[in-house]
Amino acid sequence: MMSSQAATSVPEGTSPASASDQPAMIEISGLNKWYGDFHVLRDIDLKVERGERIVICGPSGSGKSTLIRCINHLEEHQQGDIVVDGMHMTEDVKRIEQIRRHVGMVFQHFNLFPHLSVLENCCIAQTWVQRRPRREAEATAMEYLERVQIADQAHKYPGQLSGGQQQRVAIARALCLKPEVMLFDEPTSALDPEMIKEVLDVMVELARDGMTMLCVTHEMGFARTVADRVIFMDQGQIIEEAPPETFFSAPRSERTRLFLSQILGH
Amino acid sequence: MNDSTARDTLIAARPAPDIRHGLVGWLRSRLFNGPVNSIVSLLTLALLVWALTPMVQWALINADWLGDSREACSGEGACWVFISARFETIVYGFYPVAERYRVDITLALMAVTIAWLAIPRMPAKKWVVVFALVGFPIIAWLLLVGGVFDLPHVPTRRWGGLMLTLTVATVGIVGSLPLGVLLALGRRSQMPLVRSLCIVFIEFWRGVPLITVLFMASVMLPLFVPNEVEFNKLLRALIGIMFFWSAYMAEVVRGGLQAIPKGQEEAAKALGLSYWRRMGLIILPQALKLVIPGIVNTFIALFKDTSLVLIIGLFDLLAIIRAGLTDSDWLGFATEGYVFAALMFWVFCFSMSRYSQHMERRLHRGH
Ligand SMILES: Nc1ncnc2c1ncn2[C@@H]1O[C@H](COP(=O)(O)OP(=O)(O)O)[C@@H](O)[C@H]1O
Ligand SMILES: [Mg+2]
Repeated sequence: MMSSQAATSVPEGTSPASASDQPAMIEISGLNKWYGDFHVLRDIDLKVERGERIVICGPSGSGKSTLIRCINHLEEHQQGDIVVDGMHMTEDVKRIEQIRRHVGMVFQHFNLFPHLSVLENCCIAQTWVQRRPRREAEATAMEYLERVQIADQAHKYPGQLSGGQQQRVAIARALCLKPEVMLFDEPTSALDPEMIKEVLDVMVELARDGMTMLCVTHEMGFARTVADRVIFMDQGQIIEEAPPETFFSAPRSERTRLFLSQILGH
Repeated sequence: MNDSTARDTLIAARPAPDIRHGLVGWLRSRLFNGPVNSIVSLLTLALLVWALTPMVQWALINADWLGDSREACSGEGACWVFISARFETIVYGFYPVAERYRVDITLALMAVTIAWLAIPRMPAKKWVVVFALVGFPIIAWLLLVGGVFDLPHVPTRRWGGLMLTLTVATVGIVGSLPLGVLLALGRRSQMPLVRSLCIVFIEFWRGVPLITVLFMASVMLPLFVPNEVEFNKLLRALIGIMFFWSAYMAEVVRGGLQAIPKGQEEAAKALGLSYWRRMGLIILPQALKLVIPGIVNTFIALFKDTSLVLIIGLFDLLAIIRAGLTDSDWLGFATEGYVFAALMFWVFCFSMSRYSQHMERRLHRGH
């Protein structure tokens, strides 16, 4: 098995805390999901330690989005256990909302709220979920907007921003709730090429700060720089798990090799 | 020769050319730009003059405005004296003359509240909304019905005219929108029981003509409630109208809900917002904005259909004008009466339409 200590590419004191007093950040065991008759996730086991950065890749339709959307219950699963930050996922609405408060998510299509300004996008959950006073919420929002370098656009509406700017706002919006773990579902796939870097830079920065991250992405450069582990999925199952060096240089499965040759394809 | 080219100085931005024409230019480019279009324009103008001249002559130029009896009517044009002489009745119905100030206060209060909400600059909107939905109905009810604080009781069967039309329309509008929103949400609910209940409700009320609803409310309901309970006729009509229009409203709102991308709700869920917060803060503001034209369309239809209450013996604006036509002192002024009724309805409906267009522009967020 791949150990989570394999991280070497991100320096100083951010290496994941394993076997400590705290439970794993995410623990998925025996996860199965069907859409009608279609078996979309098959026997998924996945443990994510605190501070660990995981990149998930795989062909389109292999179930990557479905997997990470199960973690904050945007999708329901039929079998298996999901434990987030020590909390068992149940069908109880209160429990689901509690888990969601610990999990931030960034979507392929940003999903900013178009009727709210950038600042309001960042404040709305702070105000209504965490009940922070307005002034405090705005201060936090500005702090994170500053971090993703978009504070000067705080009073604009999402429709007035470029794709890259919108995605950075979406990241700030999720961070405002101070989540324990961040899920990214192809955050750069909907962007024009020249905007991909500004979003990846923000994500690399976040990884440096020790955020636990699960990223579905095909940005292999990003995987090489920050990932502790790369997971390859195909047909609803985890085919291969390895630290990036091994994953890219010596993939063990034939499917992985084929996928890599297509995606890096020269 | 080399095929490749490269620019070494960039082209600076220039202001757009000024192509305003003035009136003459506008006429030439929009009305008389070619022989066929010129003929069409001239014909249209001629048609307008031909149709409007007699109307204007009848309604304005040859009309009689002053006086207080039939003698003031010259008979060449419209005799608006018929309206002015009966104006009080048209506004207040059979409301006791000494108590009509109560109607005035209510109408003034309503006008101020609406203006306050409609003008963007006014402060404390949230509290005014609360007042409009809670405070105002109570105050209006106490004032109009009376029976408290030394105010003599005025039974609702004495209400009539414009005040009754406005009462029915306001209650209908204010009641059917929230009810319609709830029904629309219920129809999309994950809970099968709630969903079926909402579907049955909507499909029942949508499938029955409003006239039938009003007849049922006034004739059938008393059969089911014991005789002692004097279940007010107006109240019954109000409830019927509210339910009927809320079913339409629900379908309009549902159209808006369906147009919101799924990602919006998912993002709101991912942020940990609860169902009602997701709906109230994220989904409904966007969905309702999308369907403002449909909502206002329903409001306008509702406003005009309030005149159907005349078939259950309530004297709304139209009914009271019709009643005036049978007054033996004033026989033969039906045209003036109906034109005036139409004008009143048109003024209210057109205002709603204009305000909705203004709202749409104001809420536009560049997406
Ligand atoms: N709501 C749904 N109903 C039915 N099938 C779905 C639904 N969502 C996704 N699928 C199917 O599940 C499979 C996995 O989808 P997804 O997780 O989005 O893949 P990926 O993100 O890896 O491209 C796909 O074949 C897709 O067609
Ligand atoms: Mg996907």
